[in-house]
Amino acid sequence: MSNIPILKERESQIYQKGRSGDFKMTCGKHSLAGSVSQRACVFCGSRVVLYPIADALHLIHGPIGCAAYTWDIRGALSSGPALHRMSFSTDLRENDVIFGGEKKLYKALSELIDTYSPKAAFVYSTCIVGIIGDDVAAVCRKVAREKNIPVLPVHSEGFKGTKKDGYQAACNALFELVGQGNTEDIGPYSINILGEFNIGGEAWIIKDYYERMGVKVVSVMTGDGRVDEVRRSHGASLNVVQCSGAMTFLAEMMKEKYGIPYIRVSYFGLEDMSKALYDVAGHFGDNPDIMARTREMVRDEINGIYPELQKIKKKVQGKKAAIYVGGAFKAFSLIKALRYLGMDVVLAGSQTGNDADYDMLREMCDDGAVILDDANPLELSKYIIEKKADLFIGGVKERPIAYKMGIGFCDHNHERKTPLAGYTGMLNFAREVYASVASPVWRFAPARTLGRTEAVS
Amino acid sequence: MLLKHTPTEVHERKALTVNPAKTCQPIGAMYAALGIHGCLPHSHGSQGCYAYHRSTLTRHYKEPVMAATSAFTEGASVFGGQANLLQAINNMFTVYDPEVIAVHTTCLSETIGDDIPQIARKALNDGKIPEGKYVIHASTPSYVGSHVTGYSNMVKGMVDYFSETSEHKSKVINLIPGFVEPADMEEIKRIADEMGIKHILFPDTSKVLNGPMTGKFKMYPEGGVTVADLKRTGASMGTVAMGRIATMAAARALDAKCKVGCEIIDLPIGLHATDLFVDTLRQMAGVNVPDSINFERGQLLDVISDMHQYFYGKRVGLVGDPDQLLALTKFLVSIDMVPAYAVTGTPAGKKWVKAMEEATADVPREVKIKSGGDMFLFHQWIKNQPVDLVIGNSYVKYIAKDEDIPYVRHGFPILDRVGHGYFPTVGYKGGLRLLEKILDALMDRQDRDASDIDFELVM
Repeated sequence: MSNIPILKERESQIYQKGRSGDFKMTCGKHSLAGSVSQRACVFCGSRVVLYPIADALHLIHGPIGCAAYTWDIRGALSSGPALHRMSFSTDLRENDVIFGGEKKLYKALSELIDTYSPKAAFVYSTCIVGIIGDDVAAVCRKVAREKNIPVLPVHSEGFKGTKKDGYQAACNALFELVGQGNTEDIGPYSINILGEFNIGGEAWIIKDYYERMGVKVVSVMTGDGRVDEVRRSHGASLNVVQCSGAMTFLAEMMKEKYGIPYIRVSYFGLEDMSKALYDVAGHFGDNPDIMARTREMVRDEINGIYPELQKIKKKVQGKKAAIYVGGAFKAFSLIKALRYLGMDVVLAGSQTGNDADYDMLREMCDDGAVILDDANPLELSKYIIEKKADLFIGGVKERPIAYKMGIGFCDHNHERKTPLAGYTGMLNFAREVYASVASPVWRFAPARTLGRTEAVS
Repeated sequence: MLLKHTPTEVHERKALTVNPAKTCQPIGAMYAALGIHGCLPHSHGSQGCYAYHRSTLTRHYKEPVMAATSAFTEGASVFGGQANLLQAINNMFTVYDPEVIAVHTTCLSETIGDDIPQIARKALNDGKIPEGKYVIHASTPSYVGSHVTGYSNMVKGMVDYFSETSEHKSKVINLIPGFVEPADMEEIKRIADEMGIKHILFPDTSKVLNGPMTGKFKMYPEGGVTVADLKRTGASMGTVAMGRIATMAAARALDAKCKVGCEIIDLPIGLHATDLFVDTLRQMAGVNVPDSINFERGQLLDVISDMHQYFYGKRVGLVGDPDQLLALTKFLVSIDMVPAYAVTGTPAGKKWVKAMEEATADVPREVKIKSGGDMFLFHQWIKNQPVDLVIGNSYVKYIAKDEDIPYVRHGFPILDRVGHGYFPTVGYKGGLRLLEKILDALMDRQDRDASDIDFELVM
């Protein structure tokens, strides 16, 4: 066994099914200072949620780093405008920090709106803005009056909580837009898709399914997003929310103010994908045609991919997978999808899961599986070795760790290049898993010959 | 048209940076700190900063990048980050067991005014720093300078904390590379080895961020300058610092602190800059240049002459860090290319602009130079008058695609190709690689655009 020590303070964030006694996992707590956590900040949370709105201006108020590191790194595709792919920053300098950045912000905003005539502007506050005390909201109000477009402050100072708080700040900004547009032509069989960011074109696939069922999609928030769609999203009859953390806040607010109910769904894997469609069809139970069309569509879609999925299953069956993702909700779907392929999940972790999420993970996982909240690379590598994982599913910072250890990897985060959502996505996912797990390159991996126990130092 | 939102007309912007050609100090400090063996870089600020730095470095090198954070909360931002840093130091030494913790600050901790040396002393007095282990620091506010400044500050921090004065100077030469790739650091060492010179190169990210696949995840890879060597830098006979903006601060500090004289030269990119590097080493160490080095020089010269008609008069647009731009510009001029535009996002100062102007004084065509610019301006210049080739980091690919211009990747970050971690662009061999890349880009374009009639096998 590897002898990597685990911080005492971290013990309550690690659970091993069937081994650990019965204790409640700690979660939602701020990361320990000095830990090599894989998490990010409030700003990051806001930025990833709002970024895909392609006809809005996104201005980052702060020193250059926050703008530089988030310049077009998320593959959220747009079918039209691409203003979101530009990087705009007030690039605060020492003098601005001393004398305040409000004037600079005002100038930058006015100039940008004159140049680009965006439909709306989002102004992101970064750490330093919270410290020097710029009244960003006041500048936004002033510019909004002068330019006659919505100018929305996003209170995303990095230190003011976790990434989740950033989701909330983004939802607050979006909520300012909701309710401003005309909803006259929206019928009763209509939904908003929330928490789908169109990475690799996923929103297009999902939207197509709903429309084939006879359900009108009023807005996608925020994949391939447009300001005008958000503004009239309160005309929809139902909010369909994907991803546990990011946009439930908005769904809650829309429920309270506009009485729009919401359901939580996931589009990953056959089971969850089908459920996401049937749940919506079920919601519109007064129109049996929708359900009939849904049944037919699901049958056709699954029939279309079934033969190849079965072939892949034969090849990956019995392989072991480790999952470390942002939101726990995605982990649930991944566990089901991997199980469908006959694979065992030996590690499941998330950056932002809550109590209910971890209870659910404990229920879903097999005996011996390790469940982690806010893990660090040493913990991840320790359990990958102990549990003899063949595949790691995670994000950018996890990829090279998996490769150094000589196991397969699948990016289920910003850097996925093919859509993994929907039925097509399940097939893509299976292909990716197979291509990586069964790749002949791992024959060269010394770990396979060394024996796994020595593979960390 | 990816950057269809870039208008052709240029007007002055004072409050706004669009499509930056720089990033902030802390990532440079983190990169430099990774060049100390057994070092865990530590970001004293919010959790997002270090997550972004680690992600960017990981994307650039395709290697695990280890660092820790003080994970500031609202409380820390009001009452100061001392408690966070003390706890962090304790946790890091307990769990991750580094030789050195290299703390860099962020805009947040700088503005609230945390005193890192005082906090580190408290950690020492409280017994939180184990015997023989170190906590060093550099002040790297994100609102001053750029990533290059952060690199420079952390390298100076190495001198401030470690270099020890000695009456008896050794036969060793200190080599301080600018913000260059691990492969470049390796090549600089190889040249010095070839000349039979004992050296200490710092920082040294070779074998840290271009390591082999061993089947092991190593928190602290094999490479990096050791603390023992860093201490001995004060006893060296001299220092050669490469790239004024990234390395002058450390070289001067070492001179002031330990009376080790320094030569500050350009990054050894291209023929003349490498000549100067080799000659500086030769004089300082009192050695002869071996035939093997002369042979490599001859090879570079050979390719330059073989292919010179392909270089002549080609207009090149350059975006990058100031030390790289200066050396590259001199190289391009020397092979009869025209560095038409040179933009750095770093506020590089009047001296840099003057050096660039001098380097291009004999170019018979207009040359535009901008310190503290951005890619938006660079793109606008190109829209107004196109170039034949662009050289820059991965973000230049938008411009290359939009304007349909041959493109060579060079600089930081490169997020979409491999090679930069393994193949140097410094030294004579590095010059060869640069020429190969430039020629490939230009000649591929010539082939692509040739009519069936003009399409030639032999070029």
